[in-house]
Amino acid sequence: MHELSICQSLLAQVTDIAASRGASVVARITVELGPLCGVEPALLASAFEVARAGSCAEGAELHIEIIDVSARCAMCGATTRVQPNRLVCGECGDYRMHLVSGDEMRLRGVELRLPQTPSVLTDQASLPETRLCANPAAVL
Amino acid sequence: MCQSCGCTVNPADLHPAAALDPQRTEVVGVLQNLLAANDRVAGHNRQHFDEHGLLAINLMSSPGAGKTTLLEATIVALRDRYRIAVIEGDMETDNDAVRIRAHGVPAYQITTGAACHLDAHLVHRALHELPLAGIDLLFIENVGNLICPASFDLGQHRNVILLCTTEGDDKPAKYPVMFRAADLVLLSKADLLGVLDDFDPARAVAALRGLGLETPMIETAARRAPAIGAWLSWLEQQLAERGSSTSGRMPRSHETVAA
Repeated sequence: MHELSICQSLLAQVTDIAASRGASVVARITVELGPLCGVEPALLASAFEVARAGSCAEGAELHIEIIDVSARCAMCGATTRVQPNRLVCGECGDYRMHLVSGDEMRLRGVELRLPQTPSVLTDQASLPETRLCANPAAVL
Repeated sequence: MCQSCGCTVNPADLHPAAALDPQRTEVVGVLQNLLAANDRVAGHNRQHFDEHGLLAINLMSSPGAGKTTLLEATIVALRDRYRIAVIEGDMETDNDAVRIRAHGVPAYQITTGAACHLDAHLVHRALHELPLAGIDLLFIENVGNLICPASFDLGQHRNVILLCTTEGDDKPAKYPVMFRAADLVLLSKADLLGVLDDFDPARAVAALRGLGLETPMIETAARRAPAIGAWLSWLEQQLAERGSSTSGRMPRSHETVAA
Protein backbone atom coordinates (compact mmCIF):
# COMPACT_ATOMS: atom_id res chain seq x y z
CA MET A 1 0.00 0.00 0.00
CA HIS A 2 2.53 2.60 -1.17
CA GLU A 3 -0.36 4.81 -2.31
CA LEU A 4 -0.43 6.41 1.15
CA SER A 5 3.25 7.42 0.86
CA ILE A 6 2.58 8.85 -2.58
CA CYS A 7 -0.52 10.64 -1.35
CA GLN A 8 1.46 12.27 1.46
CA SER A 9 4.00 13.42 -1.12
CA LEU A 10 1.14 14.80 -3.25
CA LEU A 11 -0.31 16.72 -0.29
CA ALA A 12 3.11 18.16 0.57
CA GLN A 13 3.39 19.50 -2.99
CA VAL A 14 -0.15 20.90 -2.92
CA THR A 15 0.41 22.55 0.47
CA ASP A 16 3.58 24.22 -0.81
CA ILE A 17 1.79 25.53 -3.89
CA ALA A 18 -1.15 26.85 -1.83
CA ALA A 19 1.21 28.56 0.62
CA SER A 20 3.25 30.16 -2.16
CA ARG A 21 0.05 31.66 -3.64
CA GLY A 22 -1.36 32.81 -0.33
CA ALA A 23 -4.27 30.40 -0.51
CA SER A 24 -5.55 28.65 2.58
CA VAL A 25 -8.02 26.37 0.82
CA VAL A 26 -7.50 23.93 -2.04
CA ALA A 27 -10.70 23.21 -3.93
CA ARG A 28 -9.58 20.70 -6.52
CA ILE A 29 -6.50 18.60 -7.28
CA THR A 30 -5.98 17.02 -10.68
CA VAL A 31 -3.61 14.09 -10.97
CA GLU A 32 -2.60 12.12 -14.06
CA LEU A 33 -1.91 8.41 -13.68
CA GLY A 34 -0.77 5.95 -16.31
CA PRO A 35 -1.53 2.24 -15.81
CA LEU A 36 2.23 1.59 -15.75
CA CYS A 37 3.03 4.06 -12.97
CA GLY A 38 2.47 1.50 -10.24
CA VAL A 39 -0.26 3.44 -8.47
CA GLU A 40 -3.78 2.08 -8.27
CA PRO A 41 -6.22 4.98 -8.76
CA ALA A 42 -8.87 3.61 -6.38
CA LEU A 43 -6.27 3.10 -3.65
CA LEU A 44 -4.87 6.59 -4.17
CA ALA A 45 -8.39 7.98 -3.79
CA SER A 46 -8.86 5.97 -0.57
CA ALA A 47 -5.50 7.10 0.76
CA PHE A 48 -6.44 10.69 -0.05
CA GLU A 49 -9.52 10.42 2.18
CA VAL A 50 -7.25 9.56 5.10
CA ALA A 51 -4.23 11.73 4.34
CA ARG A 52 -6.04 15.00 3.62
CA ALA A 53 -7.47 15.32 7.16
CA GLY A 54 -6.22 18.49 8.78
CA SER A 55 -4.52 19.77 5.62
CA CYS A 56 -5.43 22.74 3.44
CA ALA A 57 -6.86 20.17 1.01
CA GLU A 58 -9.27 18.73 3.57
CA GLY A 59 -12.25 19.79 1.47
CA ALA A 60 -10.61 19.33 -1.92
CA GLU A 61 -11.94 17.17 -4.70
CA LEU A 62 -9.34 14.76 -6.07
CA HIS A 63 -9.73 14.30 -9.80
CA ILE A 64 -7.74 11.43 -11.31
CA GLU A 65 -7.23 11.26 -15.08
CA ILE A 66 -6.04 7.98 -16.54
CA ILE A 67 -3.56 8.20 -19.41
CA ASP A 68 -3.64 5.51 -22.09
CA VAL A 69 -0.61 3.31 -22.63
CA SER A 70 0.95 3.85 -26.03
CA ALA A 71 4.30 2.76 -27.39
CA ARG A 72 6.42 3.27 -30.48
CA CYS A 73 7.83 0.30 -32.34
CA ALA A 74 11.60 0.34 -32.75
CA MET A 75 11.23 -1.78 -35.90
CA CYS A 76 8.41 -0.25 -37.99
CA GLY A 77 8.11 3.10 -36.19
CA ALA A 78 4.35 2.87 -35.64
CA THR A 79 2.92 4.28 -32.40
CA THR A 80 0.00 2.25 -31.16
CA ARG A 81 -2.20 1.99 -28.08
CA VAL A 82 -1.30 -1.14 -26.14
CA GLN A 83 -2.31 -3.05 -23.02
CA PRO A 84 -0.18 -2.48 -19.88
CA ASN A 85 1.09 -6.06 -19.93
CA ARG A 86 1.05 -6.56 -23.70
CA LEU A 87 3.38 -3.99 -25.18
CA VAL A 88 3.72 -5.39 -28.67
CA CYS A 89 3.39 -3.38 -31.84
CA GLY A 90 -0.17 -3.11 -33.09
CA GLU A 91 1.14 -2.90 -36.68
CA CYS A 92 3.96 -5.42 -37.03
CA GLY A 93 3.76 -7.36 -33.75
CA ASP A 94 7.38 -6.74 -32.68
CA TYR A 95 8.18 -6.50 -28.96
CA ARG A 96 10.98 -3.94 -29.18
CA MET A 97 8.86 -1.00 -28.07
CA HIS A 98 9.55 2.38 -26.52
CA LEU A 99 6.91 3.62 -24.12
CA VAL A 100 5.41 6.91 -25.27
CA SER A 101 2.83 7.34 -22.51
CA GLY A 102 1.25 5.35 -19.73
CA ASP A 103 3.70 5.58 -16.82
CA GLU A 104 2.77 9.10 -15.73
CA MET A 105 2.29 9.80 -12.05
CA ARG A 106 2.05 13.53 -11.83
CA LEU A 107 0.22 16.46 -10.35
CA ARG A 108 -1.33 18.31 -13.28
CA GLY A 109 -2.81 21.24 -11.41
CA VAL A 110 -4.64 22.61 -8.43
CA GLU A 111 -7.56 24.97 -8.02
CA LEU A 112 -7.06 27.32 -5.10
CA ARG A 113 -9.49 29.52 -3.19
CA LEU A 114 -7.82 32.79 -2.32
CA PRO A 115 -8.89 34.91 0.67
CA GLN A 116 -11.78 37.28 0.03
CA THR A 117 -10.78 40.73 -1.09
CA PRO A 118 -11.72 43.53 1.36
CA SER A 119 -14.15 45.11 -1.14
CA VAL A 120 -16.14 41.91 -1.28
CA LEU A 121 -16.09 41.42 2.46
CA THR A 122 -17.49 44.87 3.14
CA ASP A 123 -19.88 45.15 0.24
CA GLN A 124 -22.62 42.92 1.68
CA ALA A 125 -25.31 44.68 -0.33
CA SER A 126 -23.95 43.24 -3.53
CA LEU A 127 -24.52 39.64 -2.43
CA PRO A 128 -27.03 38.02 -4.76
CA GLU A 129 -30.12 36.15 -3.57
CA THR A 130 -28.51 32.90 -4.60
CA ARG A 131 -26.02 33.28 -1.74
CA LEU A 132 -28.08 30.70 0.14
CA CYS A 133 -26.48 27.39 -0.54
CA ALA A 134 -27.64 23.81 -0.09
CA ASN A 135 -24.46 23.17 1.84
CA PRO A 136 -23.83 26.24 3.97
CA ALA A 137 -20.56 24.84 5.29
CA ALA A 138 -19.15 24.99 1.77
CA VAL A 139 -19.87 28.70 1.36
CA LEU A 140 -16.70 30.61 1.95
CA MET B 1 -25.04 22.05 -10.38
CA CYS B 2 -22.56 24.07 -8.37
CA GLN B 3 -19.08 22.60 -8.81
CA SER B 4 -18.03 23.62 -5.33
CA CYS B 5 -20.74 22.47 -2.98
CA GLY B 6 -23.35 20.68 -5.06
CA CYS B 7 -26.12 23.25 -4.65
CA THR B 8 -28.50 23.75 -7.58
CA VAL B 9 -29.58 27.33 -7.01
CA ASN B 10 -27.25 28.98 -9.50
CA PRO B 11 -28.23 28.62 -13.16
CA ALA B 12 -24.72 29.54 -14.25
CA ASP B 13 -23.34 26.39 -12.59
CA LEU B 14 -20.98 28.50 -10.58
CA HIS B 15 -20.68 28.66 -6.86
CA PRO B 16 -22.41 31.97 -5.95
CA ALA B 17 -19.56 33.07 -3.73
CA ALA B 18 -17.01 32.30 -6.43
CA ALA B 19 -19.11 34.00 -9.09
CA LEU B 20 -19.10 37.09 -6.91
CA ASP B 21 -15.36 37.57 -7.21
CA PRO B 22 -13.56 35.62 -9.91
CA GLN B 23 -10.22 36.68 -8.45
CA ARG B 24 -10.81 34.38 -5.52
CA THR B 25 -10.24 31.24 -7.54
CA GLU B 26 -6.85 30.50 -9.04
CA VAL B 27 -6.11 27.51 -11.22
CA VAL B 28 -2.43 26.55 -11.11
CA GLY B 29 -0.87 24.22 -13.68
CA VAL B 30 1.90 22.12 -12.17
CA LEU B 31 2.93 18.98 -14.12
CA GLN B 32 5.24 17.65 -11.45
CA ASN B 33 5.93 14.02 -10.64
CA LEU B 34 4.18 12.98 -7.45
CA LEU B 35 7.42 11.51 -6.17
CA ALA B 36 9.50 14.58 -6.99
CA ALA B 37 10.78 14.81 -3.39
CA ASN B 38 11.87 11.16 -3.41
CA ASP B 39 13.46 11.60 -6.84
CA ARG B 40 15.48 14.59 -5.63
CA VAL B 41 16.95 12.55 -2.78
CA ALA B 42 17.52 9.61 -5.15
CA GLY B 43 19.53 11.94 -7.38
CA HIS B 44 21.51 13.00 -4.34
CA ASN B 45 22.18 9.35 -3.43
CA ARG B 46 23.36 8.70 -6.98
CA GLN B 47 25.73 11.63 -6.62
CA HIS B 48 27.15 9.99 -3.47
CA PHE B 49 27.64 6.73 -5.37
CA ASP B 50 29.25 8.41 -8.35
CA GLU B 51 31.61 10.47 -6.22
CA HIS B 52 32.79 7.27 -4.56
CA GLY B 53 33.02 5.50 -7.91
CA LEU B 54 30.88 2.60 -6.75
CA LEU B 55 28.23 0.59 -8.54
CA ALA B 56 24.85 0.47 -6.74
CA ILE B 57 22.46 -2.39 -7.50
CA ASN B 58 18.85 -2.43 -6.30
CA LEU B 59 17.79 -6.06 -5.85
CA MET B 60 14.05 -6.70 -5.90
CA SER B 61 11.80 -9.77 -5.90
CA SER B 62 8.91 -11.47 -4.12
CA PRO B 63 9.63 -12.54 -0.54
CA GLY B 64 11.55 -15.81 -0.51
CA ALA B 65 12.90 -15.65 -4.07
CA GLY B 66 16.46 -15.98 -2.74
CA LYS B 67 17.88 -12.44 -2.71
CA THR B 68 19.95 -12.88 0.45
CA THR B 69 21.19 -16.33 -0.54
CA LEU B 70 22.24 -14.97 -3.94
CA LEU B 71 24.08 -12.12 -2.22
CA GLU B 72 25.90 -14.55 0.08
CA ALA B 73 27.10 -16.63 -2.88
CA THR B 74 28.04 -13.46 -4.79
CA ILE B 75 30.06 -12.12 -1.86
CA VAL B 76 31.93 -15.43 -1.49
CA ALA B 77 32.76 -15.37 -5.21
CA LEU B 78 33.81 -11.70 -5.48
CA ARG B 79 35.04 -10.54 -2.07
CA ASP B 80 38.70 -11.14 -2.89
CA ARG B 81 38.51 -8.82 -5.92
CA TYR B 82 35.91 -6.21 -4.99
CA ARG B 83 34.99 -4.39 -1.81
CA ILE B 84 31.30 -5.05 -1.25
CA ALA B 85 28.70 -3.56 1.11
CA VAL B 86 25.01 -4.31 1.52
CA ILE B 87 21.97 -2.32 2.64
CA GLU B 88 19.24 -4.68 3.77
CA GLY B 89 15.57 -3.70 3.75
CA ASP B 90 13.03 -5.69 5.74
CA MET B 91 9.89 -4.80 7.61
CA GLU B 92 11.32 -6.36 10.79
CA THR B 93 14.45 -8.18 12.08
CA ASP B 94 18.11 -7.78 11.19
CA ASN B 95 18.44 -11.45 10.24
CA ASP B 96 19.59 -10.70 6.69
CA ALA B 97 22.24 -8.18 7.76
CA VAL B 98 23.58 -10.72 10.27
CA ARG B 99 23.86 -13.30 7.46
CA ILE B 100 25.76 -10.84 5.26
CA ARG B 101 28.13 -9.68 8.02
CA ALA B 102 29.03 -13.32 8.68
CA HIS B 103 30.86 -13.17 5.33
CA GLY B 104 33.03 -10.29 6.51
CA VAL B 105 31.17 -7.64 4.55
CA PRO B 106 29.65 -4.44 6.04
CA ALA B 107 25.86 -4.51 6.09
CA TYR B 108 23.32 -2.01 7.35
CA GLN B 109 19.81 -3.13 8.13
CA ILE B 110 16.88 -0.82 7.46
CA THR B 111 13.71 -1.99 9.19
CA THR B 112 10.79 -0.29 7.50
CA GLY B 113 8.13 -1.15 10.09
CA ALA B 114 4.83 -0.88 8.27
CA ALA B 115 6.31 0.32 4.97
CA CYS B 116 6.33 -2.14 2.09
CA HIS B 117 9.28 -0.63 0.21
CA LEU B 118 12.52 1.29 0.59
CA ASP B 119 12.56 4.92 -0.46
CA ALA B 120 15.41 7.29 -1.23
CA HIS B 121 15.29 8.95 2.21
CA LEU B 122 15.71 5.61 4.02
CA VAL B 123 18.63 4.67 1.80
CA HIS B 124 20.22 8.08 2.26
CA ARG B 125 20.27 7.65 6.03
CA ALA B 126 21.81 4.20 5.59
CA LEU B 127 24.57 5.56 3.34
CA HIS B 128 25.99 7.52 6.24
CA GLU B 129 26.34 4.31 8.26
CA LEU B 130 28.52 2.62 5.64
CA PRO B 131 32.18 3.20 4.69
CA LEU B 132 31.37 4.22 1.10
CA ALA B 133 34.90 5.45 0.42
CA GLY B 134 36.21 1.89 0.45
CA ILE B 135 33.40 0.26 -1.53
CA ASP B 136 33.31 -0.87 -5.17
CA LEU B 137 29.93 -2.57 -5.19
CA LEU B 138 26.88 -1.73 -3.09
CA PHE B 139 23.86 -3.98 -3.07
CA ILE B 140 20.55 -2.63 -1.82
CA GLU B 141 18.30 -5.57 -1.01
CA ASN B 142 14.80 -4.14 -1.16
CA VAL B 143 11.81 -5.34 0.84
CA GLY B 144 10.43 -8.53 -0.73
CA ASN B 145 7.51 -7.22 -2.80
CA LEU B 146 6.83 -7.15 -6.53
CA ILE B 147 4.64 -4.05 -6.43
CA CYS B 148 5.59 -1.07 -4.28
CA PRO B 149 9.43 -0.96 -4.60
CA ALA B 150 9.10 -0.46 -8.36
CA SER B 151 7.80 3.09 -7.91
CA PHE B 152 10.66 4.43 -5.78
CA ASP B 153 14.00 5.44 -7.26
CA LEU B 154 16.71 4.89 -4.64
CA GLY B 155 19.57 6.34 -6.68
CA GLN B 156 20.75 2.91 -7.87
CA HIS B 157 22.55 2.42 -11.17
CA ARG B 158 20.87 -0.87 -12.02
CA ASN B 159 17.70 -2.71 -11.03
CA VAL B 160 18.01 -6.48 -10.81
CA ILE B 161 14.84 -8.49 -10.31
CA LEU B 162 14.73 -12.12 -9.24
CA LEU B 163 12.01 -14.31 -10.69
CA CYS B 164 11.97 -17.56 -8.74
CA THR B 165 11.25 -20.94 -10.30
CA THR B 166 8.78 -21.65 -7.50
CA GLU B 167 6.67 -18.73 -8.73
CA GLY B 168 4.59 -18.79 -11.90
CA ASP B 169 6.39 -18.26 -15.19
CA ASP B 170 3.75 -15.62 -16.04
CA LYS B 171 4.92 -13.28 -13.25
CA PRO B 172 6.20 -10.60 -15.69
CA ALA B 173 2.71 -10.34 -17.25
CA LYS B 174 1.14 -10.06 -13.78
CA TYR B 175 3.58 -7.43 -12.47
CA PRO B 176 4.42 -5.33 -15.54
CA VAL B 177 5.48 -2.23 -13.59
CA MET B 178 8.12 -4.13 -11.63
CA PHE B 179 9.50 -6.11 -14.56
CA ARG B 180 9.58 -3.07 -16.81
CA ALA B 181 11.93 -1.50 -14.25
CA ALA B 182 14.45 -4.35 -14.59
CA ASP B 183 17.86 -3.99 -16.20
CA LEU B 184 18.38 -7.70 -15.62
CA VAL B 185 16.08 -10.54 -14.59
CA LEU B 186 17.58 -13.47 -12.70
CA LEU B 187 15.74 -16.78 -12.78
CA SER B 188 16.60 -17.89 -9.25
CA LYS B 189 16.63 -21.43 -7.83
CA ALA B 190 17.09 -22.68 -11.39
CA ASP B 191 18.48 -25.95 -9.96
CA LEU B 192 14.86 -26.78 -9.09
CA LEU B 193 13.72 -26.66 -12.73
CA GLY B 194 14.27 -30.41 -13.02
CA VAL B 195 11.56 -31.12 -10.45
CA LEU B 196 9.25 -28.18 -11.19
CA ASP B 197 7.56 -29.29 -14.38
CA ASP B 198 5.12 -26.36 -14.34
CA PHE B 199 7.73 -23.63 -14.77
CA ASP B 200 8.94 -23.10 -18.34
CA PRO B 201 11.80 -20.55 -18.65
CA ALA B 202 10.82 -19.96 -22.30
CA ARG B 203 7.35 -18.87 -21.17
CA ALA B 204 8.92 -16.51 -18.62
CA VAL B 205 11.05 -14.94 -21.37
CA ALA B 206 7.98 -14.68 -23.62
CA ALA B 207 6.08 -12.88 -20.82
CA LEU B 208 9.02 -10.49 -20.46
CA ARG B 209 9.06 -9.81 -24.22
CA GLY B 210 5.31 -9.23 -24.03
CA LEU B 211 6.12 -6.14 -21.95
CA GLY B 212 8.03 -4.71 -24.90
CA LEU B 213 11.39 -5.46 -23.31
CA GLU B 214 14.71 -6.85 -24.46
CA THR B 215 15.83 -7.27 -20.83
CA PRO B 216 18.16 -10.27 -20.49
CA MET B 217 17.25 -13.18 -18.23
CA ILE B 218 19.99 -15.24 -16.55
CA GLU B 219 19.53 -18.48 -14.61
CA THR B 220 21.10 -18.71 -11.16
CA ALA B 221 21.36 -21.34 -8.45
CA ALA B 222 22.89 -19.99 -5.26
CA ARG B 223 22.60 -22.80 -2.70
CA ARG B 224 24.67 -25.97 -2.24
CA ALA B 225 26.58 -25.98 -5.56
CA PRO B 226 26.30 -22.33 -6.66
CA ALA B 227 25.93 -21.80 -10.42
CA ILE B 228 26.07 -18.03 -10.78
CA GLY B 229 28.78 -17.54 -13.40
CA ALA B 230 26.65 -15.61 -15.90
CA TRP B 231 25.41 -13.31 -13.13
CA LEU B 232 28.98 -12.64 -11.98
CA SER B 233 30.03 -11.88 -15.57
CA TRP B 234 27.16 -9.42 -15.91
CA LEU B 235 28.18 -7.74 -12.64
CA GLU B 236 31.82 -7.48 -13.69
CA GLN B 237 30.77 -5.99 -17.01
CA GLN B 238 28.72 -3.34 -15.18
CA LEU B 239 31.65 -2.66 -12.82
CA ALA B 240 33.98 -2.23 -15.78
CA GLU B 241 31.53 0.19 -17.39
CA ARG B 242 31.36 2.20 -14.17
CA GLY B 243 35.16 2.28 -14.09
CA SER B 244 35.02 1.93 -10.34
CA SER B 245 38.69 1.07 -9.91
CA THR B 246 39.92 4.09 -11.86
CA SER B 247 37.80 6.79 -10.24
CA GLY B 248 40.16 9.32 -8.77
CA ARG B 249 37.61 11.91 -7.79
CA MET B 250 37.57 13.05 -4.20
CA PRO B 251 34.35 12.44 -2.33
CA ARG B 252 32.43 15.59 -1.60
CA SER B 253 31.24 16.00 1.94
CA HIS B 254 27.54 15.51 2.41
CA GLU B 255 27.07 18.79 4.25
CA THR B 256 27.66 20.75 1.08
CA VAL B 257 24.76 19.09 -0.71
CA ALA B 258 21.13 19.69 0.11
CA ALA B 259 19.31 16.40 0.62
